[in-house]
Amino acid sequence: MTKALISAEGLAKRFPQGQGQPPLTVFENLWFEIAHGEFACIIGHSGCGKSTILNALAGLDTASEGNIIVGGKHVEGPSLDRAVIFQGNALMPWLSALGNVELAVSSRHKDWSRAEVREHAMKYLDLVHLNGSELKKPSQLSGGMKQRVGIARALSIEPQILLMDEPFSALDALTRGSLQDEVLSVRAKTKQTIFMITHDVDEAMLLADKILLMTNGPKARIAEIVENTLPKERSRTDLHKHPNYYPLRNHMIEFLVTRSRELAGGAGAKPGELRHPPVVRPTIGGTTHVETARSSQPAESTAATDLQAGRVSAA
Amino acid sequence: MAQPSASSLNIKATIVSVLILATFLFAWHLGTAGVATTQKLDPEYAKLMGATATQGKSAMPGPIEVGAKIWEHLKDPFYDRGTNDKGLGIQLAYSIGRVALGYLLAVAVAIPLGFLIGMSPLMSRALDPFIQVMKPISPLAWMPLALYTIKDSGMSAIFVIFICSLWPMLINTAFGVASVRKEWLNVAKTLELGPARTALSVILPAAAPTIFTGMRISIGIAWLVIVAAEMLVGGTGIGYFVWNEWNNLSITNVITAILAIGLVGMALDQLMARLQKSVSYAD
Ligand SMILES: Nc1ncnc2c1ncn2[C@@H]1O[C@H](COP(=O)(O)OP(=O)(O)O)[C@@H](O)[C@H]1O
Ligand SMILES: [Mg+2]
Repeated sequence: MTKALISAEGLAKRFPQGQGQPPLTVFENLWFEIAHGEFACIIGHSGCGKSTILNALAGLDTASEGNIIVGGKHVEGPSLDRAVIFQGNALMPWLSALGNVELAVSSRHKDWSRAEVREHAMKYLDLVHLNGSELKKPSQLSGGMKQRVGIARALSIEPQILLMDEPFSALDALTRGSLQDEVLSVRAKTKQTIFMITHDVDEAMLLADKILLMTNGPKARIAEIVENTLPKERSRTDLHKHPNYYPLRNHMIEFLVTRSRELAGGAGAKPGELRHPPVVRPTIGGTTHVETARSSQPAESTAATDLQAGRVSAA
Repeated sequence: MAQPSASSLNIKATIVSVLILATFLFAWHLGTAGVATTQKLDPEYAKLMGATATQGKSAMPGPIEVGAKIWEHLKDPFYDRGTNDKGLGIQLAYSIGRVALGYLLAVAVAIPLGFLIGMSPLMSRALDPFIQVMKPISPLAWMPLALYTIKDSGMSAIFVIFICSLWPMLINTAFGVASVRKEWLNVAKTLELGPARTALSVILPAAAPTIFTGMRISIGIAWLVIVAAEMLVGGTGIGYFVWNEWNNLSITNVITAILAIGLVGMALDQLMARLQKSVSYAD
């Protein structure tokens, strides 16, 4: 048994294609772990299967192969312990903001009175600064406010894990920024374990403790795990002033621009690396590899990655 | 030039409506008033036809006569002087009662069945051929079968209302349920709402506008069909009243009844429109 809260073990997703054709393998040999209280982001190009992974973690979809283990148990289906914040806000348009949150709260606490449910829902609407708008219908709220309701709904059930599928990608930059701050401050209070999909490198650097880099499909996999080398106490405004900012950023951009494509279709996969993708720490002094406790990988097996990473951070 | 406001448009529309009505009533009055002379008529024919021919009076009642008749009915809508002489209000109440009963039965069947069809692709396919065949059958075609099996004319009319109201509601419910957004169902799943709560607090409100569209179509059809059904089964109801007054050659009463049928139909439709509006949501 590992100490990780979430572990994905050899996940694969295949879709049957037309007659006589082999099934389409979106991803395979996908391994990763997320520890208690960790904030993990996954970055990859559109269509590589990120949403499929998140839905499998949520229990809304099943992988074709492999296991997902959360808190020592196989994921069999959706659970109130794993809240999902959907890309489209997925609010019920016939309910008010409060009604949407109340629906979640009353499902979590079936024995609560209406007043208790309301009070608890209001607490979480306050947390995302929606007090005053609680009686409005989603159609009367702005995009950012709707996403806030979605966040309040997810948080109100006090889940162990928060799963977010590109939660801010449909928002304008200003709104996105304030919602990112919101997520940071909420997380500082609740200490939830968070798994988030994004395609925004800066968002990942601001929010995540570690970033899973996913290759392009088909046969996508986790190629590398990047540790966030920025200080724990960071804010949107001073992020770019840190000396590690550009090395970290360039490392990820370089992956997305070049290596994600080169490594597509399972290319460059080393058998030992699949189970334990290399963990890297891009800093101003160069990119170093982290020897994970369970990783028995000799250093030279990731030399190629090292070289490229070094080149990027030197650039 | 400024756009005319909605209220000024309403005022104009009302004025035009009143003008159209006035023109129609005037033309009706002119068309039915006695103007022709009878000199050239064969006296025997004139004798046969009575006042209609001899005084150049049309067989068609004029607006004034109909207006007087309406006033008469309005003064005493609920009198009851035997089988063939009941007030217009009583006859309408019979019809509305039958429509309500048949319609509510149809609601009770169509909505659960529509949920089943909408939620189960298997049932949807399995029941589709039956629905496709049953739907285009004129509801009145069921009448002989209903009379034969139920052996009660009133109940047969209710059955016909049931069968004609069923299809639009069934099809709309199934469609509304089947097209509930996947993301809402996913929310229900992640919140572990369970099947009963998902049906009641997610699928039902999501599909309600579509279901109510079906219900509105159904009430319209039911009100169309009840008149015909009552003409067939006889006894009571506004449909029977029309037919009976035709047999009495009381065209004034027929016209009055037609007007009443229209007004009640409009009221039913408006009622459903209100209900539909109350469950609709902006997305
Ligand atoms: N039902 C399906 N049948 C076939 N292919 C599918 C189906 N659903 C998703 N896919 C494919 O799976 C891939 C991954 O989709 P998704 O997880 O949404 O990607 P991402 O979220 O990374 O953009 C896409 O390339 C898509 O074409
Ligand atoms: Mg996606």
